Amino acid sequence: MKSYILAFLLIVGFSACSTGPHKAHNRGVYMLIDTSGTYTKELDKAQQIINYTLSQLQSGDSFVVASIDTGSFSEKDIIAKVSFSDRPSQANQQKRAFQQKVKQYIKGVKSSAYTDITGGILLATEYLNERDTRKKTIMIFSDMKQELKKGYIRDIPLKLEGFEAIALNVTKLRSDNIDPREYMDRIKLWKGKVEKGEGKWEVINDLERLDQIIKE
Amino acid sequence: MSLPDFMMIFTSSAGLSLLVWLIISVVLLYMARKPAHKAIFSVSKILFYALRLFSSSVLLAEKRLKHRNKEVLLSAGKEAKERIIEREFERIDAFVKKDLSRFPTLQREVMDSVTKLDEDYQKSTEIPPAPPGWTKAIEPIAAIPPSEDSMVAEILKSIKEALDKGQEKALEAYRKSSENRHKYLKNMVPTLRHINKSVDDLDKNVQVLLERSSTVDRHMDEYKEINNKTDRAAQMLSSSSMTQFFIAGFVLAIAIGGAFINFNLISRPMQEMVGGSVYMMGFKVADIAALVIILVEVSMGLFLMESVRITRLFPIIGALDDKIRVRMMITSFVFLFLLASVEAGLAYMRELLSADDAALVAGLLGGVATENVDASARWITTAAQMGMGFILPFALTFIAIPLESFIHSTRTVFGVIAVAFLRIFALGLRFIGNLSRYSGKSLVNIYDLIIFFPLWVESLVSGEKTSKVQNIKLHELKVVQEEVGDAVVKKRATRKTVAKKVVNKKEEKIEEKDNV
Repeated sequence: MKSYILAFLLIVGFSACSTGPHKAHNRGVYMLIDTSGTYTKELDKAQQIINYTLSQLQSGDSFVVASIDTGSFSEKDIIAKVSFSDRPSQANQQKRAFQQKVKQYIKGVKSSAYTDITGGILLATEYLNERDTRKKTIMIFSDMKQELKKGYIRDIPLKLEGFEAIALNVTKLRSDNIDPREYMDRIKLWKGKVEKGEGKWEVINDLERLDQIIKE
Repeated sequence: MSLPDFMMIFTSSAGLSLLVWLIISVVLLYMARKPAHKAIFSVSKILFYALRLFSSSVLLAEKRLKHRNKEVLLSAGKEAKERIIEREFERIDAFVKKDLSRFPTLQREVMDSVTKLDEDYQKSTEIPPAPPGWTKAIEPIAAIPPSEDSMVAEILKSIKEALDKGQEKALEAYRKSSENRHKYLKNMVPTLRHINKSVDDLDKNVQVLLERSSTVDRHMDEYKEINNKTDRAAQMLSSSSMTQFFIAGFVLAIAIGGAFINFNLISRPMQEMVGGSVYMMGFKVADIAALVIILVEVSMGLFLMESVRITRLFPIIGALDDKIRVRMMITSFVFLFLLASVEAGLAYMRELLSADDAALVAGLLGGVATENVDASARWITTAAQMGMGFILPFALTFIAIPLESFIHSTRTVFGVIAVAFLRIFALGLRFIGNLSRYSGKSLVNIYDLIIFFPLWVESLVSGEKTSKVQNIKLHELKVVQEEVGDAVVKKRATRKTVAKKVVNKKEEKIEEKDNV
């Protein structure tokens, strides 16, 4: 009888442990950086956001920074990715290394001719679904104007159930100043796409509100 | 307002249909009046008696619980009192062993001092010096009258000188002996002081002993009262229990605050040991581990206190053999010490992690934050954290004392609360029972109010009939009164009073009707 009880307790204990580490409590953040045209000038702000995000993430969380260029649905566009160690001291080392990697990338970045935002989002969903994190956040540092190269097919419905898409620093283009409806339409278009895919949509242009990004 | 189709007797007028339904229902209600009244009364009576019975049983349970509470309270009080008396006797025993064991020595010292005093006193007594024997022989010579003879004068002179010398020597000897006697007397002073001090000490010891014995007497009186199970003793113990409950609760709340600080001190560095992202049942394993460490420390503290016999939460530990108990005490202390050391280490690790985090955040956010930080003073916080990590486990050890009081007093407090609850519950049941009884009566009245019209008609019809019958009866009564005489009527006046009143009222009504 005792052995049965012991076995039962062990099973319960192990099952409780096995559900643990990466499945139910960690966060996954995927940040897409627009490198098209003149938007590369804004990359300093992107680095600030990355640094802030790094300071907020904890052991067990995942963070990926990828660029948006002509064809973003490719692992080659991933600038840096990391899953933080269980040990806080090691996680801190990883954060330092990550920061350096991003810094080097931003120093030598070359602007691309086209902007494939959808491809980047598709890659992000794929990655975060694979990581199976509790909270999935896709941060899009872009003016949200998609320009696809001829032949690229991106008319694909997004599946963003359980995702939160945050558009950061959506700068107003010169044409937006002439007709603000263009800006509003752009935002509306992406909001519609995300919400159609059952995801949550948010726009944060004021970087003072960075604490809103990685909120619990 | 529209009526359902099946209720529409007159299709053209809903109001008329409703009126007809109303009349039908009133008539039906009038017809069913008696059984309806019976049914309402029986239901209300059933509810009333059932609730009353329930209330009685609850009151009985309350009484039993009260009795049980008293028993538990007295038993706990008896045990506590026994402990106190036992401790008092232990103290007296220790006192007697420590201070009064010197009593024979003291007595001997006093006796020696008294003997010495006696000897000195004897030595100091004044003994008059014996006059020299030859003075008597000289007396006749001295009586010789002075003459011109130089020989005689010479002899007398020499005799006088000899006498003077003898006197001087005697005086000298007397002075010397007086000095010696004074010396003896002087030597007596410290001895007397010594005796005085010894007697004072003895007096103090006896006073302390008397005080202790009076305390024991007081406790014994209380113990007797508890043993006799008097209400006064129960009341006294109950109020004492309440006080203990609140005081122990307050101290425990403080201890929980200490444990919380302790938890915060070690939960973060625990992540380094067991991982920061591992969860068990929704909680971080690092947090669980930190909590377990604190609980183990508290347990060790409990065992330590039990082994030292300060608390008596586990009778089995108190009943252990002294050797095993001491071993257990040492083991608990060693474990506690090791855990405290581990905590101190973790506190140090926490400081390192905090510094690393601060440096990382400063690096990530531009290094602004680190500019004004004086790193040389960091050792103070490190030392403070390590000190807290080491001391808090030992401080938590003393939780055992308020915990014991809290557990013991909780039984009493909960018992009192349960008694109060049962009493209120019984009162509530009785209230609901009475409410159901009177609501039955009210329902009957409301029922009659609904069918007031047929009742009114009934009263009209029956009123006429009864008035005729009553007139006849009244007439018969008058005849009987006349026949039997006033005496008999007066005798029965008290019995007929109500009947007379009724008859009078009826007569008045009949007269009014006739007038109308």
